Amino acid sequence: MSDAVYKGGNAPRAAAARRDIGIKKRYAAEQRFRMYGVAAIAVGLFFLAALLWSVVSNGYTAFWQTSINLDVTFAESVIDPNGERATDPNKLLTANYPKLATEALVAKLGVDPENRKLVREVGGLISNGVRTQLRDMVVSDPAIIGTTRNVWVLASGDVDSAVKGQVNLEVDESRRKVSDQQLTWIRTMEADGVLEQRFNTGLFTRGASSRPETAGMGVAIVGSLYMMMIVLLLALPIGVAASIYLEEFAPQNKLTDLIEVNINNLAAVPSIVFGLLGLAVFINFMHLPRSASLVGGLVLTLMTLPTIIIATRAALRAVPPSIRAAALGLGASRTQTVFHHVLPLAAPGILTGTIIGLAQALGETAPLLLIGMVAFVADYPTTPLDPATALPVQIYMWANEAERAFVERTSGAIMVLLLFLAVMNITAIILRRRVERRW
Amino acid sequence: MNMLTDAAVEEALDASQNSDTLKMRGEDVCVFYGEKQALFGVNLDVRENQVTALIGPSGCGKSTFLRCLNRMNDTIDIARITGKITLDGEDIYDPRIDVVELRARVGMVFQKPNPFPKSIYENIAYGPRIHGLATKKSEFDEVVEASLQKAGLFNEVKDRLHEPGTGLSGGQQQRLCIARAIAVSPEVILMDEPCSALDPIATAKVEELIDELRENYTIVIVTHSMQQAARVSQRTAMFHLGNLVEEGPTDKMFTNPDDKRTQDYITGRFG
Repeated sequence: MSDAVYKGGNAPRAAAARRDIGIKKRYAAEQRFRMYGVAAIAVGLFFLAALLWSVVSNGYTAFWQTSINLDVTFAESVIDPNGERATDPNKLLTANYPKLATEALVAKLGVDPENRKLVREVGGLISNGVRTQLRDMVVSDPAIIGTTRNVWVLASGDVDSAVKGQVNLEVDESRRKVSDQQLTWIRTMEADGVLEQRFNTGLFTRGASSRPETAGMGVAIVGSLYMMMIVLLLALPIGVAASIYLEEFAPQNKLTDLIEVNINNLAAVPSIVFGLLGLAVFINFMHLPRSASLVGGLVLTLMTLPTIIIATRAALRAVPPSIRAAALGLGASRTQTVFHHVLPLAAPGILTGTIIGLAQALGETAPLLLIGMVAFVADYPTTPLDPATALPVQIYMWANEAERAFVERTSGAIMVLLLFLAVMNITAIILRRRVERRW
Repeated sequence: MNMLTDAAVEEALDASQNSDTLKMRGEDVCVFYGEKQALFGVNLDVRENQVTALIGPSGCGKSTFLRCLNRMNDTIDIARITGKITLDGEDIYDPRIDVVELRARVGMVFQKPNPFPKSIYENIAYGPRIHGLATKKSEFDEVVEASLQKAGLFNEVKDRLHEPGTGLSGGQQQRLCIARAIAVSPEVILMDEPCSALDPIATAKVEELIDELRENYTIVIVTHSMQQAARVSQRTAMFHLGNLVEEGPTDKMFTNPDDKRTQDYITGRFG
């Protein structure tokens, strides 16, 4: 009797002991795996933070630009000494406007106008961009000749860097771009409130310039906008039509399998290859203009199509087959079924895919380099056929510039690009949330 | 049991069957999914204003046969069908037959309730709209109300016609699907296990509804539930491994089947 009890009690206990070891191991494995996951995310977050920190810390100053407040006297003796402006309209365009600004600043700083060297140094404080600024004022309203106006003019890029503390003052004066005398003036003007940092609207409105203080990404933004529009207009309808056909109408055979494999492959083709294709087809064969946003848009369309097709097909496939059966069972034709039921249900998914495709296209640089969009374009493109640049290409070009002031502009432009991308991706996420709520 | 009464009942049944007109007929129907044959020469008649139940174990081809009746198998690329199926004597696989019109005449209710993710009103109005059965708002209102009434759903949903149909309970959704099928005024309604996703109370309501609908429509129902077939149908067809084993009046099938397989299936010995 006691034997039987002993045996009966022992066997399960032994088994329980074995099970215990297994459970401990499993918990340990699970714990380990969780830690790997947390570590992976931590590393990712660290690099993201490092990237954002480097971009933002370098770039936030780009949104502020040093300006100088001047009382500019539009002296007729400088602008039009011989009184020819009534007969020669070019007179107002070619006048020596920087001299007006320099004179105004010379007066403000109380420098001897006869001291050529000092006057030249005063002139060095002001950006050469003042020429266009004052010229535009005079051309738009010639009546201001002879009057004095209070104007904010841009300081030169070197002064801007000095004000932002980006110039190493330890370096010997002769090897510095800003002299000690200029620094003294800057400090006085700052104390007087004559020189201050103002919001840099020019960064968003101006085109390319070799002077950092007058360089902006306006042309690049417009170029990117044109290209996004072209991609949207072409890639969305073509991609959606192709997906609907492949998903809802095409028979399942070798040919459609081949097409499917090719579409998936195209999505993985390096973008520079699309650039070469665009160069060969659109520019060399079809003779479309170089550097035009039309060509850029076409190339990006080719690049975005696979993304949109894959996303759209996934969205169509996600619509339950029971919906199609319901419509077909009621006597709707296939086309009616697709357009009345399947497509509306897939629309948020399609839009998500499209936005992600557009975001990808917006950040694409390599193919644009090949079709000549790395160009110095100072004027706004009025049509997609005019030369333009794109945001990422602008970043690439600024990154190649030597001046210190371009470093902050490069990072500033990256911030603007990242902002656009973030907005687009957030829109996509919101749309995706909405589709998940449907059924 | 009184033999005389039995005989009288059977005679009466026979008489009623003979007077019934034929609505649909399948002659030597074979269906292939690619290489695999799913139906082997099925001959089956569907009589007007009767409920015909198709029973049999899973994979026996009863749903396949049902889907042949309104050519829903057309939507499957690899499906191929031979033989002949007629509706009022017309071959529905004739190239001159418009499949859209056929499906309007032979409606379908599916296993899982599948209302469109739209309002209750839109669910019903969709069929009449694509078939041009109604054009004015008042006509739509009428057909929506009439269909919901016939499906016994109107009183439950009349205050929320413009709320999504997917918000209804399972049983209500299935009756909405039946109302949606009725809205295009079909002659035949095919039901593919319409109650398999429903609880017993909802099932009872749908069965009651099927019985009422018999007055105006011819119904073919696939079911896994013997009791359901016995309750709602007048005729039963037993399928097994792609063959039609036996077909006859439901009473006879459940009490005195000719084929041993039917007997075994009904008594729960296989399937």
